[in-house]
Amino acid sequence: MVEYSALALLKNAFTGNRDWKQAWRKPEPKPAYDVVVIGGGGHGLATAYYLAKEHGITNVAVIEKGWLGSGNIGRNTTIVRSNYLLPDSIRFYDFSVRLWENLSHELNYNVMFSQRGVLNLAHSPGQADEYIRRGNAMRHEGGDGVWLSRDEIARKVPGVDLSPNARFPVVGGLLQPRAGTARHDAVAWGYARAADRHGVDIVENCEVTGFLREGDIITGVTTTRGEIRAKKIALAVAGNTSRLLQMAGIDRFPIESHVLQAFVSESIKPLVNCVVTFGGGHLYMSQSDKGGLVFGGDLDGYNSYAQRGNLPLVEEVMSEMTAMFPAVARLRLLRSWGGVMDMSMDGSPIITKGPLPGMYLNSGWCYGGFKATPASGFSFAWTIAKGEPHKTNAPFTLSRFERGNVIDEKGQGPTPKLH
Amino acid sequence: MLIPCPHCGPREVSEFSYQGDATRTCPELTSTDVKAWYDYVYNRPNPAGPHREYWQHSGGCRAHLIVTRDTRTHEIHDVAFARAALNRAGEQA
Amino acid sequence: MTARRTSSGGLIERSRTIGFTFDGRSYTGHSGDTLASALVANGVTLVGRSFKYHRPRGIFTASVDEPNALVTILKDGVREPNIPATQIELFEGLEAESQNRFPSLEFDLGALNQLAGRLFSAGFYYKTFMGPVIGPLRGTRFWMICEHFIRRAAGLGRAGYKPDPARYERMNAFCDVLIVGAGPAGLMAAEAAMSSGKRVILAEQEPHLGGSARWSGEMIGGKAAADWSQDLARRIDASENVRILTRTTAWGYYDGNNIAALERVTDHLADAPKGAPRHRNWAIRADTVVLATGAFERPIVFPGNDRPGVMLAGATERYAREFGVLPGEKIALFTNNDSAYRAAAALRQFGATIMAIIDVRAKISPAARALAEEAGVEPLLGFAVTATVGRRLTKVLVRRFDAETERLSGDARPIEADCLAVSGGWSPAIHLASQAGRNPKWDEELCAFLPPEPTQAWAGAGAFTGAVTTAEALSTGRNAGLKAAGKKLSRAKLPEVTAPNLDIHPASVFEIKGNGKAFVDFQHDVTVEDVRLAHREGFVSVEHLKRYTTLGMATDQGKTSNVPGLAIMADARGLPIRDVGTTRFRPPFSPVSIGALAAEKYGHFKPDRLTPMHDWHVEHGARMMNVGLWHRPMIYGQPGETVEQAYTREAATVRRSVGIVDVSTLGKIAVKGPDAAVFLDRVYTNQFSTLPINKARYGLMLRKDGIALDDGTTWRLGEHDFLMTTTTANAGRVMQHLEYVLDVVWPDLKVHLTSVTDQWAGAALAGPNARKVLETCVAGSAVDNEALPFMGLVYGEIDRAPVLVCRLSFSGELAYEVYCGAGHGKHVWEALITAGEPHGIAPYGMEALGALRIEKGHVTGAEIDGRTTARDLYLDWMLSKKKPFIGSALMDRPGLIEKTRLRLVGVISLDGRPLGGGAHIVESGDLNELGESIGHITAFCYSPALAQYIGLALVKGGKELHGKRAYISDPLRKHFGPVQIVSHHFFDPEGKRMHG
Repeated sequence: MVEYSALALLKNAFTGNRDWKQAWRKPEPKPAYDVVVIGGGGHGLATAYYLAKEHGITNVAVIEKGWLGSGNIGRNTTIVRSNYLLPDSIRFYDFSVRLWENLSHELNYNVMFSQRGVLNLAHSPGQADEYIRRGNAMRHEGGDGVWLSRDEIARKVPGVDLSPNARFPVVGGLLQPRAGTARHDAVAWGYARAADRHGVDIVENCEVTGFLREGDIITGVTTTRGEIRAKKIALAVAGNTSRLLQMAGIDRFPIESHVLQAFVSESIKPLVNCVVTFGGGHLYMSQSDKGGLVFGGDLDGYNSYAQRGNLPLVEEVMSEMTAMFPAVARLRLLRSWGGVMDMSMDGSPIITKGPLPGMYLNSGWCYGGFKATPASGFSFAWTIAKGEPHKTNAPFTLSRFERGNVIDEKGQGPTPKLH
Repeated sequence: MLIPCPHCGPREVSEFSYQGDATRTCPELTSTDVKAWYDYVYNRPNPAGPHREYWQHSGGCRAHLIVTRDTRTHEIHDVAFARAALNRAGEQA
Repeated sequence: MTARRTSSGGLIERSRTIGFTFDGRSYTGHSGDTLASALVANGVTLVGRSFKYHRPRGIFTASVDEPNALVTILKDGVREPNIPATQIELFEGLEAESQNRFPSLEFDLGALNQLAGRLFSAGFYYKTFMGPVIGPLRGTRFWMICEHFIRRAAGLGRAGYKPDPARYERMNAFCDVLIVGAGPAGLMAAEAAMSSGKRVILAEQEPHLGGSARWSGEMIGGKAAADWSQDLARRIDASENVRILTRTTAWGYYDGNNIAALERVTDHLADAPKGAPRHRNWAIRADTVVLATGAFERPIVFPGNDRPGVMLAGATERYAREFGVLPGEKIALFTNNDSAYRAAAALRQFGATIMAIIDVRAKISPAARALAEEAGVEPLLGFAVTATVGRRLTKVLVRRFDAETERLSGDARPIEADCLAVSGGWSPAIHLASQAGRNPKWDEELCAFLPPEPTQAWAGAGAFTGAVTTAEALSTGRNAGLKAAGKKLSRAKLPEVTAPNLDIHPASVFEIKGNGKAFVDFQHDVTVEDVRLAHREGFVSVEHLKRYTTLGMATDQGKTSNVPGLAIMADARGLPIRDVGTTRFRPPFSPVSIGALAAEKYGHFKPDRLTPMHDWHVEHGARMMNVGLWHRPMIYGQPGETVEQAYTREAATVRRSVGIVDVSTLGKIAVKGPDAAVFLDRVYTNQFSTLPINKARYGLMLRKDGIALDDGTTWRLGEHDFLMTTTTANAGRVMQHLEYVLDVVWPDLKVHLTSVTDQWAGAALAGPNARKVLETCVAGSAVDNEALPFMGLVYGEIDRAPVLVCRLSFSGELAYEVYCGAGHGKHVWEALITAGEPHGIAPYGMEALGALRIEKGHVTGAEIDGRTTARDLYLDWMLSKKKPFIGSALMDRPGLIEKTRLRLVGVISLDGRPLGGGAHIVESGDLNELGESIGHITAFCYSPALAQYIGLALVKGGKELHGKRAYISDPLRKHFGPVQIVSHHFFDPEGKRMHG
């Protein structure tokens, strides 16, 4: 019998919920592994899971400096989508959405992926053309995209300001029906549990303090819980990428760490049925199953490792909320928090072998890390196991910046805060 | 966050535009060394700790400032006009 | 009815009766009541239903920490859900509704959830609802069906879709000392700080100053504490250097000692004064902050602890003394510290019968014993409450309890009670401090977290610091105020406090284990069992506990539940609480209206940028459109015309005779200084140092990475004086780019840049008759081909206004741009229109401008999209080989010269249908499957000159495809059709017309 099911819940209800096992063990780190994944966030855990499941590599440790899932996997606005413009991005993120669609079954853990759709509101003919180009690009790559008129938007998302007198009147919107939201923490816990059941050691409160090397080759890490050697060391540490690489002697890298805030309102009965983004500024909003409106906007806009945001940005995001959806002015902000984003120079990730021998790197997720979790883990595990990229992550090299093959969705160039 | 603009006084961060790492040096325009340009344009030290960075007081005097700020705490240690500081450095070099 | 209004006492105005409704029933209260106190006075004990199990819930606290009594306020024609009744001041006509119940509060079908209580254990939803792996409900479908119902059951209050009619305000304030909290400590701090003459702001979330002094029943300075606080408040208010903000919650502690505070300006009024905002959003920048935020009482967790009638002891005391309300007739108290004894005495004094004081401790202080005597009851020492009885509380069951071993013994003994007042100790309100400090420290004595080390400039005072007596509050308050004001500490005598010498250090008892549901987080229905299950499943870190069980994540943000939750987890793990840790508190301290944070931007989202000719456009029938923040004419439609007919007419008039368009929005930058020409040579790909004075040149800029940034013309007005124009969209970005390279890359260059976009108005006059129009209105200069050749410029006057006329063309026609001071813009525009009338001049909008430029193959933002290079746009002729420029070093990297890049072409519709911006282009005409995209349409129009639908496109291969047939593929709009790929120079490729 599968571990988690309605039947198991019923059985446990009669036995006082005493028989549930630990979601993941709390092992002591072993002195050596085949692969050590640094970073117990979504991507690191997914990588470990797919290493075990897809490649039979189970002598793996995921080491995490704090508690599991303490980084951006638990700080995002839970949006899953693949409504990208450039073919390389669409292929990668659409692969991710396909993995998402079966993820709860795959992990035997309800990650609550709800395909309620992501609607991008367009506010000028020019913006509509951009979104239509994007939707058409998605369709040509086998994805889904639908153009909605204002009337269709009015039916789908009551409450959105569709007045022709709005500062930026809505002219239409791009809907990706297969996109949606998922329960962020559950993704971390689900991957952790599934990886654990395959024999992966998940070691929390284990901070990397340095790298072990033989000549040029990285052979392990020193941690607050001792030395751990590994044939392969994989980094999936998001905003801490530069810090870790500095420990390995790489002082400069095409990443900046920026803080991004996220917000949640008080719980209310269902108000918004899909993810809506506001094109008159930069805002994305959805409603969680618990009832809170979950939303976010731009980066605060400067390098930061502080996980705390500034007030002007809060005010900017709220003004966008009220511009898009005037009824929310009467609702109340419950909580805000910040996460540290690994902003790359073109807004796209880096999933690659290297940059040092023995090392593998997964980084540069900018805003987009959460939705990418399954594909990132899958393709990174493939890269680690085979020493060469999976077809989905092949374009996301480190060398692309030097060669000029950037994947720049927003066309902003090497200014990370603008991606 | 308040940034003490040497010209305008302490001002709210929203008056400023962040212009990134200030430890990089732009190669001479005549340089065709692609590696050097690549390094200048794309690579950053991105430290967790004191960070020298440019801020333009775009909502004020529009001067670029070199601000030394701790990226872990957002505490600002030092502020100077970029142009003056760079010219001084240029003269010394 | 058990609870009632006392016959006298309290700080309410008994002479003023106020009518209000709750769930449609009418009640009355008094001025000074909160909705909660008025409901209690009316005997309403059931006020809400819980989140998950829909359990009946009553009022639990008297303040912002309220977890249960959340109501929806109906005011101004809109709904405002989830407001704690304890925070709503009563006003005439107040309408409130209970929440999360169907069909009614008394009878709620959702309460059936309780039957399945154990199924709904912590995180149960992660373990089920996944559905079948195959079949029609595979994938996410089964979950989404379940989710539909879960979402409807979840949520608290119901919000509406109607726009909020309220107005909100933003206020900046600066002060030397900000004091948060106006209890005894905050008042003392304010008095001390104000005497120094410093600028002081005192912020208090409640409507009145005084805090606990209003209901402690103590004596301060020989007066009743409430009177003392009122007198002191008056003195502070009279001081000119103090600003008092009541109903103002400091909710966020941001960098730079910036405190965000929300003032509820008119929520408490039936009719707001005209112009008053509903809320005011304060950003207060203080040199020093004194946090005197007090402490929250917390409950003891025991089975049945959520029954209506169970309340915090301090709250019962406050209801009695401040509001003259008894929450019960027969009151029992349950405590692990002395503070409940004072409540017992007060309740007795106001007329209640104290049924029992149940204390887990074996010994109590003499002061407590004396208070018990006052309350007329012998305390049950070494006892604990193990159950409660009644739909509304009628009885509690108690058993012997050993606080050391936490063991229960003996038989359960019933005690009749309609109210149980509980005290589990006090937790300093360290929320703001946690936002601006390191980790809070656990104090074994106080059984609470004390404020952390500050990381910003704040100091604490009063109960916030763990001070337990009012005397300590006064001294720490004064010291903090003096210190914050930069003054020496005073030895002057403090007001004397007469108060029972209570010991509020609690026994370390947080939970009474027993049968039945014991709630830790009331609002989220998190039980002790949930916490233990989380432990069993390994969710043992505090953050995991919080996220797995949702403990502390409700609207009260765990104010009553955090510490008990931690204590239970610590117990389960067998660790001391300090080793379990605490979570970080995040802003806001208590929920803040989103409208207040948007403030004036609510309803005025972004500024409107209008050109000097704006009114003329509107008066002449222009349909306006947004271009960035600008409003620009899209078309000047005539009755019955479609958009296409209008722009076709406008564009045709330009090609045939003459048209005029407002180009004031173009970015304009004055580039001046001895090194101006050198500077332009560096930032443009082509050469400007060779440009003669009074000539213009078209220029292209790249980013450092070699990608095209912007284009425009720059005019040389003098040896060291240039006027640069940029595209409308990129004006800001180009200015910033130039300033950056000037300040940072070439600080030695002597150049000054000034944005003059708003200083100049501009009109472009285009068409074969353009010169004739100018000839009739320009004075002071000839405008013939010799005086004003292509790319030349002259100075003159139009109807007495000085103008600068430059001959350049975006439309491909003989064309001029006429610039004048912005103040003359409309005047000059009208003069040009008048001069053009004999030629049938047509004002034209963005659509016609677009059509004309597409016919010419000129690029704009749709093509210079941040991904294209000069070569992609066939602008390589502009890349100087004689000099380096920004972007020249990286523009030839392999990835930027690949054959597969998207490059600019023209396309012509072959089926007579419009093309559609954003449509893709495919090579295959097979409509059965979507072929591989080879590019996309960037812009299209009906070309009056070519009498066809044409467009610009970026396609793989670019020029090599000229003459080829391809297909439009626009699945989003279900449009497919054949096109011919051609040169993007559709019309007059040699440029004869503009040189004419």
